[in-house]
Amino acid sequence: MAQEVRTTGEYWRWTESRWNDPDIDWRKAKTITAGVDVGSVSSQAVIMVDGKIFATGNMRTGSSSPDSALNVTNWALEGTGMKIEDIHYTVGTGYGRVNVPFAQKAITEIACHARGANWIYGPTVRTLLDMGGQDCKAIHCDEKGKVINFLMNDKCAAGTGRGMEVFADLLAVPITKIGEVSFQIDEEPPAVNSTCVVFAKTEATGLLRAGWPKEKVIAAYCSAMAHRVAELLERIGVEKDFVITGGISKNIGVVKRLEKELGIETLKTDFDVQLAGAVGAALFAQALLKKHRSAA
Amino acid sequence: MIAHYGYKDASGEYFIILDTEKCDGCGACVDACRWGVLEVGVDPNNPFHEEPIVLVTEEHRNKLKYSCAQCKPVSDRPPLPCVSACPNGALSHSW
Repeated sequence: MAQEVRTTGEYWRWTESRWNDPDIDWRKAKTITAGVDVGSVSSQAVIMVDGKIFATGNMRTGSSSPDSALNVTNWALEGTGMKIEDIHYTVGTGYGRVNVPFAQKAITEIACHARGANWIYGPTVRTLLDMGGQDCKAIHCDEKGKVINFLMNDKCAAGTGRGMEVFADLLAVPITKIGEVSFQIDEEPPAVNSTCVVFAKTEATGLLRAGWPKEKVIAAYCSAMAHRVAELLERIGVEKDFVITGGISKNIGVVKRLEKELGIETLKTDFDVQLAGAVGAALFAQALLKKHRSAA
Repeated sequence: MIAHYGYKDASGEYFIILDTEKCDGCGACVDACRWGVLEVGVDPNNPFHEEPIVLVTEEHRNKLKYSCAQCKPVSDRPPLPCVSACPNGALSHSW
């Protein structure tokens, strides 16, 4: 037989998505602004027409930040007739914020997530946890979405989306099913001890060898992650209303365990909260455009 | 705004905490720090505040435990130069 090659399964893969509102006639718009959030793992674009969301896109970040920014914005605009040149003002945010070629300004994701969460969940949000691909941010904000206190940890991958992707691959469970699968257990196992993703993976491999079913290992890792971010939140404290944004907010295995540990429930929404940073950036773009126009 | 620059890892919490309301960007702490941990710049977390304030440099943000170690002997720790230099009491350390 000739040599046969095949690709292994990639369980970390999550769903990319886009959306647009066909009822909005952007050609009549006074303001068209965009927020482009180039994160370490995913990139999002939100295009706002006169303060309303017109189009959104959410896809994986590639190796080049400028290309990722262009790709996600073009994908969001596909079929709408709008082009990047039609946007009046763009704000870049996230890890690759200075590499958005068509942005007029870069604003940190800390400010953008707070502003975005305020818009998505309303003015009652006081504490926000953004669990991103490569870092974790705890933010306090006021009723206008202005940051009062923040803390960011980007030194360690524990408590981040990338850590969960590593576990999805190790245990051959699609990342979108991890949360659900983590509750298919008889009783809650003790959390994985290691906080470091690399060592937690080693520990999980050991647990599998000791005969633990994968559901139990996933539960133990979700608990470890919840505990880890709860510790991070302790420094700035948690005030109601509490929300989680970023990719991990879609993982009920972590969210429910964190709610239990903190003794506080998170606000829920149907809106894709992975877009929070881009929504905030588009709102800042609107304010900056207004300032810019009144100065001209 | 209270800004926590730094990180938390398995060995502890290492944050330099800045009260941006109290900081007037005078740069006294920047001069006091021999290790180049601090700088004066525009606050990247507040797009509508254009006055310069103190920031922890990107270079040191993820190694504060080591960058600040020289000013933190294990016993008889003297006052921290950056913290004492600030006329407005805007700076503090978490460890």
